[in-house]
Amino acid sequence: MSKKTLFDKIWEAHVVKEIPNGPSVLYIDKQFIHEVTSPQAFDGLRKRGISVFRPEQTIATADHNTPTINQHLPVKDELSRNQLDKLGQNCKEFGIELYALGHPKNGVVHIIGPELGITLPGSTYVCGDSHTATHGAFGSIAFGIGTSEVEMVLATQCLMQNKPKRMRINVNGKLKKGVTAKDIILYLISKLTTGGGTGYFIEYAGDTIRSLSMEERMTICNMSIEMGARGGLIAPDDTTFEYIKGREFAPKGKAFDKAVEYWKTLYSDADAEFEKEYNFDAADIDTMITYGTNPGMGIKITDKIPSVNEFESESEKNGLQKSLKYMDFKESEPIMGKKIDYVFIGSCTNGRIEDLRAAAEIIKGRKKADNVTVWIVPGSKMVEKQAIEEGLDKIFKEAGIEMRQPGCSACLAMNDDKIPAGKYSVSTSNRNFEGRQGPGARTLLASPVLAAAAAVTGKIVDPKEFLS
Amino acid sequence: MEKLVKIKSTCVPVNIENIDTDQIIPARFLKATDKKGFGDNLFRDWRFDKEGNPKPDFPLNNPKYKGEILVAGKNFGSGSSREHAAWAVAGYGFRVVISSYFADIFKNNAMNNGVLPVQVSEVFLKSLFEKIEDKPDLEIEVDLEKQIVKMGGMAEHFEINEYKKECLLNGYDDIDYLLNIKNEIEEFEKNRAKLQIVL
Repeated sequence: MSKKTLFDKIWEAHVVKEIPNGPSVLYIDKQFIHEVTSPQAFDGLRKRGISVFRPEQTIATADHNTPTINQHLPVKDELSRNQLDKLGQNCKEFGIELYALGHPKNGVVHIIGPELGITLPGSTYVCGDSHTATHGAFGSIAFGIGTSEVEMVLATQCLMQNKPKRMRINVNGKLKKGVTAKDIILYLISKLTTGGGTGYFIEYAGDTIRSLSMEERMTICNMSIEMGARGGLIAPDDTTFEYIKGREFAPKGKAFDKAVEYWKTLYSDADAEFEKEYNFDAADIDTMITYGTNPGMGIKITDKIPSVNEFESESEKNGLQKSLKYMDFKESEPIMGKKIDYVFIGSCTNGRIEDLRAAAEIIKGRKKADNVTVWIVPGSKMVEKQAIEEGLDKIFKEAGIEMRQPGCSACLAMNDDKIPAGKYSVSTSNRNFEGRQGPGARTLLASPVLAAAAAVTGKIVDPKEFLS
Repeated sequence: MEKLVKIKSTCVPVNIENIDTDQIIPARFLKATDKKGFGDNLFRDWRFDKEGNPKPDFPLNNPKYKGEILVAGKNFGSGSSREHAAWAVAGYGFRVVISSYFADIFKNNAMNNGVLPVQVSEVFLKSLFEKIEDKPDLEIEVDLEKQIVKMGGMAEHFEINEYKKECLLNGYDDIDYLLNIKNEIEEFEKNRAKLQIVL
């Protein structure tokens, strides 16, 4: 009787070799690369005088350091332009397909992989970006790597990896109306803390997870790294197969049927063992928002900001005080009703079409609050096109919001989309670290519906009041 | 990669927990296309004010703290996969980072750049910080061969993967190893193709 987890099954199918007392040589099916974490890897190849081993298994896009307006014009910032040019030159020299700025398939790396049908169950994916876990939503092993490792995969299509421990998080029960996938993951991080998953690969399971759409599952897996986990994955099912069917690079016809047959074997056996397992009840999860400077500092929107007395250790107390000082919040005060200055809807966490639709539902027929700057940034050219076809851009425009062009944008603020120092930003992205959205910027992570409600009211409100 | 066998040095303590990669090197400094110069911006926004003047209360700006060893609070390097964080730590001149917990990706990135992450117990870390504060000129000795960290009469064993230890001791990197087994990788690809699970 097999006692394997979903993770074990995929991992074992990709081990080229085990090194005694050392890591495994893990085969990587596809590598995604982008402009920021790849140039030094290509330099490394040149220094060694070697080529890319499997260029056809490498996909490149420009996303981290791209402008979100006037993409047809030359990029103004010289360093950014140089980085984008380097990516173009490297891809040309080494024979890699590049979806450059403006290309109809361009977009945030973790948005385009799934929407193009590149991301498939049972495969291994890496990218020099910690949110690579997004692709785990399809029942694949996907994780972020550093640039030395990008070079390794370019050179050999393999990585030296120690097998992580296995964790399963079960969420069961019915979600309250208006509670979203983003709230689930923010809730889980608040419970497990930012280091709770370190050393683990997480499988998300349970009927609540099963009931989610693919895009919602991607939001969950995306933030696995915020618990310190290498990645997260969800067993593929009919929802997965339906999503993949007909996408550009997905197998077609008989090949698809054969693939589905294989994909259906990808689940954790009934008696599979996990080093850690957690159970949560969906009914306990409510609309979430962060108040501090790491993604584990999340509370229910109706809760008060914690007080120092609630923490036992000196270091946790200090951590809270440091965060509250940075955010200019007081302990034990409500978060609801706080005035905000910026709203960012986008990123690999929440920049897909369902996210834009959810935001539009709340924004429709309302006006952007005067005190707020709102940036709605679709995750890819395809999402942008779809949003325009559905008239979402018009809904935003009528509210006084211009939809911008695709990219990572204010999630990490490498481009000009920076939140000014001291300003509050309700953001659908994944990190609220000090200065993440610009030096001195104060980030509150939340779902697209909460962000949309904040955009039209100028303050932190419960989005459930706006849903019909 | 530069070898690392034994480091004996004074250290710089940054007693803050959950130091994330955006603090180690903010995203706006990731525009370079080589590995140089990141050390200048290590802990940029904690180390310098808006005008670029050093903030005197930050340990890196305190003349009594210097050396090749960084001692940091629990959960060092969480967040982004950016290797620029490891380049910044290495570029500043650190060869060792001591903490009671490291984020996975940072740990790999550090070792791939000849920087040794030394994970010690929380109790040991706490005493280290106390001792450093008391006597900043006290040296810490990190012996990779024996996997021992010592300071002022106290010592603790630390764990490291055997393979990675060999790499650091000898200055080897993973790519050298992988390039040497290319035949086995090609063999693996052929077998996988036979199973028709590569789609």
